[in-house]
Amino acid sequence: MNGIHDMGGLHGFGPVAVEPNEPVFHARWEGRVYAITQVMDTTGLYNLDEHRHEIELMDAAAYLTDGYYGRWLFAMERILNRKGVVRRAEVDQRIAQSADGEVAPVDPADRGWPLPDERRIPWGAWRKDVEVAPKFAVGDRVRVRNHQPAGHTRLTHYVRDKVGTVTVVNAQAWVYPDTRAHNAGENLQPVYNVAFTSEEVWGDAAEPNTVVRVDLSEDYLDLEAAVA
Amino acid sequence: MSGHDHDGHDHDPHHDHRAAKPWQAVRTEALESILNELGVLSSSRVDEIVAYYEDKIGQKSGARVVARAWTDPAFKARLLADGLSACAELGLGGPETEYLHVVENTPTLHNIVVCTLCSCYPWTILGLPPAWYKSSAYRSRAVREPRKVLAEMGLSLGDDVTIQVWDSVSEIRYLVLPERPAGTESLTEAELADIVTRDAMIGVARVQV
Repeated sequence: MNGIHDMGGLHGFGPVAVEPNEPVFHARWEGRVYAITQVMDTTGLYNLDEHRHEIELMDAAAYLTDGYYGRWLFAMERILNRKGVVRRAEVDQRIAQSADGEVAPVDPADRGWPLPDERRIPWGAWRKDVEVAPKFAVGDRVRVRNHQPAGHTRLTHYVRDKVGTVTVVNAQAWVYPDTRAHNAGENLQPVYNVAFTSEEVWGDAAEPNTVVRVDLSEDYLDLEAAVA
Repeated sequence: MSGHDHDGHDHDPHHDHRAAKPWQAVRTEALESILNELGVLSSSRVDEIVAYYEDKIGQKSGARVVARAWTDPAFKARLLADGLSACAELGLGGPETEYLHVVENTPTLHNIVVCTLCSCYPWTILGLPPAWYKSSAYRSRAVREPRKVLAEMGLSLGDDVTIQVWDSVSEIRYLVLPERPAGTESLTEAELADIVTRDAMIGVARVQV
């Protein structure tokens, strides 16, 4: 989707602020959210692209102000609510009860947990037991499709309809994020590293002698000219 | 964050303006307690993961990889061919690094890494990314004006040096193999590892003696 998360090339964010001697986590909750998400990766409840897409659905202003792990928390709560594992109202109730000092246990019945084995979703993206046959070769010129789905994609907007050169063929079976995010199939396919000149991508704003190299799923690409 | 105004954002109906805790802390605590009660996770496991990333995982792992590559040409060849299995020789590997490409800097080619879509990063080799790597400024600008960004961060490169920006938006992670600085011929592998910085392995700095 075309959202604030797709930041490549945007103007207006100012200098890169570097914090000296930065801690790993800036607050206790950041570490908790990070680690809870790590555990969620292993439960089979949702996959990496669902997590990313849920973040993309945030209100744009909130995306910019809630913080990196705040986005993770937002996504986790929304997904768990949608899947009936922990309902939003239960979290609200727990917060209210904690403030009053009397916390009632949640009723484990009638929810999406425990998850039956057959409904478990793999988190990661590489299916090592599957082989795929790449369509493109190193040296091929490829044009990025002008693909603008309302749902999830990992096609960065700034390379749409641009022509680049295939430099690396990652011929493993990678899931296609655009469908996996919606649990609409893994569509296993190679991922290519494509090199774009800065002039191709940024036109008259290009810096000299600069190349942008982007990893792109096969379904994002069309052949422009095969390598001689 | 700038305060308590969350218009258009459906979080935190119970926000208490007197409370010092941000909404993220309040909701995280409540959510974790419920998940723990349901057996979706155990808080002791969460404690372990936090401690692991705070104390055990970090740029030192990547620095060991670089120092080994500088001192062992056969290892370097394996590292450039298949980053993850070479790192596994040093006991490194884990989540969010399914595949690792190591890209080598030379006097005429400089590599830098970004993820414009979220903040993908080789956690198991470099630890968790710094805030600047996750910032809107870095994500938006590194692909468009890398020379300017690098110069602002203290690394001015001449126009004769090609800059390659790796936008790691897929599941392949990148580690920059920096140039070994002159004058380090007598240093041991461990001493070399001590001078390699995270920023050099992202590509926004050179290794300095």
